[in-house]
Parts: sequence; structure tokens; C-alpha cells
Amino acid sequence: MTDLAATDALPRPKRDLLPVLLPAILALAMLPLIGSGSSWMTLTVASLAMGMMIFIMASGLTLVFGLMDVLNFGHGAFIAVGAYVATLVLLPLAPYVQADSLLTNLAVLAPAALAAMAVSGALGLVVERVLILPVYGQHLKQILMTTGGLIVAEQALYALWGPQIIPLPLPTSLRGSFIIGDVAIAKYRLLAMLVGLVVFCGIQLVLNRTKIGLLIRAGVENREMVEALGYRIRRLFLGVFMVGSGLAGLGGVMWALYREQVHASMGDDLTVLVFIVVIIGGLGSIGGCFIGALLVAMVANYGGFLVPKLALVSNILLMVAILMWRPRGLYAVTSR
Amino acid sequence: MILSGDPPRSRVLSILLVVIIAALAVTPLLFPGAKAMNVATKICIFAALVASYDLLLGYTGTVSFAHTMFYGIGSYSIAIALYSMGPNWAAVAVGVAAGLPLAMLLALAIGLFSLRVEAIFFAMITLAVASAFLVLASQLSWLTGGEDGRSFQLPELLRPGTILIPQDWFGFAVNGRVLTYYLIFIACAAMILALLRVVNSPFGRVLQAIRENRFRAEALGFRTVFHLTYANCLAALVAASAGMLNALWLRYAGPDTSLSFAIMLDILLMVVIGGMGTIYGAIVGAVIFILAQNYLQALMGAASNAAADAGLPLLPGLLHPDRWLLWLGLLFIASVYFFPTGVVGRLRNPSRKPA
Amino acid sequence: MTDLLTLAGVHTHVGRYHILHGVDFSVPEGQTTMLLGRNGAGKTSTLRTIMGLWQASAGQISLDGQRIEASATPDIARLGVGYVPESMAVFSDLTVKENLILAARDGPLDDARLEWIFGFFPALRRFWLSRAGALSGGQKQMLSIARAIVEPRKLLLIDEPTKGLAPAIVVALIECFAEIKRRGATILLVEQNFHAAQAIGDTVLVMDNGRIVHRGEMAALAGDFALQEKLLGLSLETHQ
Repeated sequence: MTDLAATDALPRPKRDLLPVLLPAILALAMLPLIGSGSSWMTLTVASLAMGMMIFIMASGLTLVFGLMDVLNFGHGAFIAVGAYVATLVLLPLAPYVQADSLLTNLAVLAPAALAAMAVSGALGLVVERVLILPVYGQHLKQILMTTGGLIVAEQALYALWGPQIIPLPLPTSLRGSFIIGDVAIAKYRLLAMLVGLVVFCGIQLVLNRTKIGLLIRAGVENREMVEALGYRIRRLFLGVFMVGSGLAGLGGVMWALYREQVHASMGDDLTVLVFIVVIIGGLGSIGGCFIGALLVAMVANYGGFLVPKLALVSNILLMVAILMWRPRGLYAVTSR
Repeated sequence: MILSGDPPRSRVLSILLVVIIAALAVTPLLFPGAKAMNVATKICIFAALVASYDLLLGYTGTVSFAHTMFYGIGSYSIAIALYSMGPNWAAVAVGVAAGLPLAMLLALAIGLFSLRVEAIFFAMITLAVASAFLVLASQLSWLTGGEDGRSFQLPELLRPGTILIPQDWFGFAVNGRVLTYYLIFIACAAMILALLRVVNSPFGRVLQAIRENRFRAEALGFRTVFHLTYANCLAALVAASAGMLNALWLRYAGPDTSLSFAIMLDILLMVVIGGMGTIYGAIVGAVIFILAQNYLQALMGAASNAAADAGLPLLPGLLHPDRWLLWLGLLFIASVYFFPTGVVGRLRNPSRKPA
Repeated sequence: MTDLLTLAGVHTHVGRYHILHGVDFSVPEGQTTMLLGRNGAGKTSTLRTIMGLWQASAGQISLDGQRIEASATPDIARLGVGYVPESMAVFSDLTVKENLILAARDGPLDDARLEWIFGFFPALRRFWLSRAGALSGGQKQMLSIARAIVEPRKLLLIDEPTKGLAPAIVVALIECFAEIKRRGATILLVEQNFHAAQAIGDTVLVMDNGRIVHRGEMAALAGDFALQEKLLGLSLETHQ
């Protein structure tokens, strides 16, 4: 028993750093296997860029789950909607997209991304009110309702835009690569990494430095107590849900530009990827989600290079391996 | 008792079921056309498939997105065996002997792996595994035929050309196709009755106890992971068997007919519309859904054309037969919300308000 | 003396279980009211129902003349109710400071009030920037109480604060409650430890099977061993 005159030192909380180091360890371990330093560098940059994009898409999902125990199976719809909204802005402005000026390009990309986030976020409001609120606290119905929502959203995209794949070319100034020595680094990947880092840092800053962020972290741990302190957690949750949906939309735009095409079913494939990331990271953990996204992207890129056939199931293998090690993901949120 | 002491418990439902079963039993005699036969077969197979899914969703409260994977394993094992060994019964036996254990082992692995935690975890993991399996099936072309799938010949006895009872005996012909149909009909009926037995056994009661309150069931000393995994394996076995029957009927197995996510959604819809946790709901749901799918889509096409002719905006796109899923999705959400007990639940408790 | 909190015929169901069977009592303003009773008598459920964490299925609850039985938890809290749950429920991922920042919902932390709190809980100052999860059980309890009083509240609902704590900490807590009362707050305190209850309480309520079975002055109950035996099943060695 500790009494009031106890020693000044608290037991230091054990820093659980191994998961943080995992991506770096994986990257270094791959270096000898890949052999060529320049290929390794290219693959690593590709992994980081892809990982950042997946993180952007997955972050909202994991936060929403952590805060309210709500898992949105329709999360992929926000991704696809974001991508389609971006085409609405970018295709009519094609001359500016094709202009060979970074400033002009960014001047059209920024509003496209903002519009995508706004529409996805607004759709998030509707989904939360119509599909999630009525069955709040009932997991089974939640899964069914949001799955239904995914179907409806995807089919509505088909009905509005047609079943064909819409090409979405990258702006001219973002094409091509920087060549440093014998290493080629695609410009767009650099941009994707930058945006991903900004989003990650932004989320961390909000979570750690603002009262809203403190409330979210406290709510992830104990919703009831947050309410007992006088905060309306439902409203907080709605806000987080909308922001998460908006981020999924942003991720959708970035992914569409990365693939240079948009398709209504893109949400399906990405949902699976995003789920794997969220599971690996530990449901509800933003840090875990970030690491999970990097790992998934690395395994896909390195695996695709070394053993192309394996790439098909590499995600599942990674998930199995991680869950064998930690059954609740890299960073399990304490209260569940 | 053949119904395992769990009768339909509603006069309308009983009549409905008798009519459905009688209609399915006489379909080859009254409607020997290809379309009617295909619809009837699909109803039989899906009734069994959906009933097995109901064992999971309705009786244990776990959502699996991997049910089509097991269905696909069944389909492909028959298809690959018959494709590579030729149209003989040995190949059918090999397909069965390979497919069922494979489905069960996979179900066992997934169950032990992910049923320990929460329902939601299981749902996500099954989705991930099923999508990986779909990718595998469409990429390993040397084995599965890739996107094209595998077509094969049936053993002599089951071919349409084989006349077992000529028309002039009783006024209708019984050929290999009709025999296949009855084979499927009986197998599916047997599987549904077996499932009815399972859910009404002590084991089934434990499953329901777990669904109601997992912690209490655990506190009472039931090893919930074991029970859930067992249910998962049973469901997988039935699903794989249904897949085998499907392959036999179609003489083909491919990603679209046996593995696609769309089939998973169809199954979900049939369970919810029919009524979760009733087994009978699977039959009702399958009938409603498949009839609607086969006959309403034509109606939608007509409506879409009419809207296009009338120059209405947007409507032609929304009513296009390919947008069938859009309306199903809406129907799905509405039924989860307004009729969580489905048709069977409604017929049993007509007075109860929707939750 | 006016009553700050009044419960009249309150029933609470949790799932299929009927837990409170018509609870009636009043908490006089400015006093410390002890809520005693054996395990499972419904004490924690009563506090949770007042706080709106469980909805009362029948009956009335009024706080300062305002009906609150149908209000949501945050609204009840905003009427000036502080809650210290049995589990303490400190946000273990947040630091001591962050826990208190959240608890001070009307604005920034008030330094003078913090000093007052540090006066009886010096450990909180020492571990100001440590994660709450790393605190000892007693320190968590201090933090949980500090959270409830970091801004002035009319009514404090405190659930078994001394459970499992060392005697030295119990003494500190008793002093703290006396100090809070001196500042004018009304306290409803669930307690198993009769010694502590005796030291703090003005009035006393005893619950059994989801009902109030005794209400009176603490002093009267403290002097009547037979009544204690009957109501609380306290055996003689408790008094040694």
C-alpha cells in the first residue's frame, strides 16, 4: 500500500516500443533479400506512400470504433464517394490539371480534396443519424445496417456515374520521379507521404493538445465517466464520425489519383484492406492503425517484388502473424 | 419427430411451407422448362445454404462474411475433380472427400482464431479471409480456371440425354436432369431437417444462451469458443455441400456463381427477410428472394425503359435491372430496422410491434 | 433545512433484473448523508440512477426542485452533481493534469482551488504530469475525488471511497470530506466501512433489497449497537 508519504517515484509505465520499431525492422530485414539498394529505396518509399494513404482512410474507422464501439462496415462507401466527388471537380478543370505548373495543379487539387472531404463528411452525418443511431449498441444490427448502407451507396454511384471506370489522370507536375543517384522516387508518392504525415500529426496534435482530443481519449477509455463529468458524448461522437468519414473521402481522392482511376467498387477492396489495418493495429488505437497501415503496405510492396504470387494473400498472412503474437492487435485499447 | 419438436407454430406459415415444398416437389412434372427448373433448384440450394447461415447469424449472433467461401469450396472441389478426372462417380466422390474436410478445417481455423474475442472481430476477419480466397480463386487459373471458372461433364446417369423413364409410361419423362433435381431436392431437405435438429438439441440451446449473454454462458461453465467454433464448422459443412449441389446442377463453378460478395449479400438478405433464428425463415426468404430476383428484374427493365421513353431524368438509371442491388440494399436496411424478426417472426407473432 | 435531493418511489430495472424497489429518501442541503447497507442492497444502483447512468423505470428524482429522473447524464452533471464511482474511473491514459482539465468543464483550472485540493492530496501535485494509470489505488481515489471537486459542485455522489485503501489514506479522505462539507457542498456517500461512516456522516440511510430500511441521525445509530447489528449485520468485533 502506498501512503501519502510514499516515495516520489512512480512505477514507470512500460513503454511498449516493439510495434513502433516493427516497420523499421521489417524494412531493414528486407534490404539483403532485395539486394539492390535502389530497388529497396523505391519499394520503401512506395510502401510509405501507400501506407500513409491507407492510414488516412482507416484512421476514422478505428477512432469511431474506439470511442463508441461502432464498427462501420460501410466505411468503404466514403472512400468511393470522395473519389467520385474529386472527379466532379477535376474533370471539368482538366486544362488546369494538365498545366505544367505545380501551383496551378495544387490550386485545383486542393478544392477537389476539400470538396471530397466535405461531401463524405456530410454523408457521414446522414449515415450516423439514419443507419447507426437507430441500432446504437446492437452490434449485430449495426453490422447489417452499415453493410446495407455500403450496398446502397455503391449502387447509387453506379446509377449516377455508370458502371465504367473513370480515368483520373495525375496532374502533370506530379507525374514522373525525382532521380537521386540511381534511386527514382515518384513525385506523387512524396506528396502522398507528406499529406499522410500532416494528417497523422494533425490527429496526434488534436488528441494530445486540445480539450476535444482529451475528451476523445477519455471517451475511448470510459464513455460513462465522460458523460458523468457533464459532456454530451453523442455529439462528440457525431463529430468524430463526420471527421472520420471526411478523412476516408480524402483517402479516396488520393488513392484514385494514385491509381489514376475511379470505380464504384473501389470501396469494397479498400474496406478489406482498411479492416485488416484496423485489426492489426488494435481496434480503437490511432498509433496502432498508423503502424498497421505501414506494415500492410510494406508487406504488399516487398512481397509483390520478392514473391509476386504471395502478394495475393500477404495481408492475411500478416494479419495471422500479428494476431498470433498479440491476439487483440499491436496496441489493444485497455478498456475492452 | 421429423421436425425435431419445432413446428412452424403459425397456421399461415405451415400452409405456406407446405405449398412451397409441394410446388418444389412437382416442379419437374408441371414446369419442365429450363427457367422454372433453374429457379426451383436455386431455391432448394439457397434454402439449405441460408439455413446453415441462420445457424450462425440467428442462433449464435455471429456475423460471418465467409459463408460464400465455404459454398465456393464445395462448388470448386466438385468442379475441379470432375474436370480433371472426367465425368465419373469416382470423381464426384473425390470432390466430396476433398471439399468437406477442407471447408471444415478452414472453418475450424477461423473459428479458433477469431471467435475468442468479439462478434465484430469475427465479422471483420471472415471478410478479410473471404476476399483473399476470392482473389486466390480467380488468380490460380491452372487450378480453378481463373475468372472463367471450370465447366465439366456430369456422370452419364445425371445427363439430360439419359432417359430413365420414357414419356409414354406415366405421361412425363424422367431424364438425368430430373433425377439431378430430385437428388438436390432431397439432399437440401435432409440438410434443413438436420439443421432443425441441431438447433433444437441441447447444443442449440447452448448456442442461444451464448447469443443472449456470452459472459453468463461462460460463467455457467460452457466453453463458448468451442461451441461457436463447432457451429461454425457445421455451417461450413452444409454450405460446402450446398455448393457441391450447385456445381452439379450448373455443371460449372466460377467466381461469380459461387464466391462473389454479391452472393454473400443475397444470403444475408434472405436470412433477414425470412426471419433470423428460425431455420424456416431460410426457406421463406430463399423463395421470396429468388422469385423476386428472377421475375422482378424483368419488371424493372420494363419500368426503366418506360421511364427512358418518358424522358424522365435519373429514373432510367435507378430502375435499370443492373441496379437491382440498390433496391435490395434499401429493402435490407428497412427490414433490419422495421422487421428484425422477418416474415416468419411476423407470422408467429403478428401482434408484436417492430422493435 | 431544505432538501437538495429527493427520491420518491424510484424503481430501476437493469435488463430483466428489478434492482431498486421504490427508493424514498431526501438528502438535506449542506449535510453529509451516509448510504449504508450490505453488498447488493442497491447502494451503487441508487447512485447510478440519480446520475442517470441507469434510467429509473418509475418514481421521481428531484435536485434542487428540478425533476431529473428523465434527464441525460451530462445534463444532470451540469446541474452541479459530481460523481465518484466505485471503480474510480480515472482516465488512465491521461495525466493527472489532463484528468483535472477535463473535470473542470467550465473553464481553465483555478489555481487557488488546486492548492486547496493539493492541501489534502499532496500526491496529486507530485504526480501532476504522470499518467493516471500509473498511480496507486489510493492515489487514483484521490484523483477521482479531486475530479469531482475541482470546480464547486452542489452535490457529490461518492461510492465507497475507502474500499481497499490503507488506514492512513482513509484518514486523509475523512479529513477531505469534512473540508468539502465546510465549503458548503452536500454529500451523498456510500460506505461499507462503518468507522469511516461514523466519522463523516450527519444523517444515515440504510438500504436492503433495493429499499431504504432505516433513516435517522448518524449519532443515534452510532450509539445503538443492537440497531447496527440488526440493520447492517455488524458483528461485535467491528467495534474493537
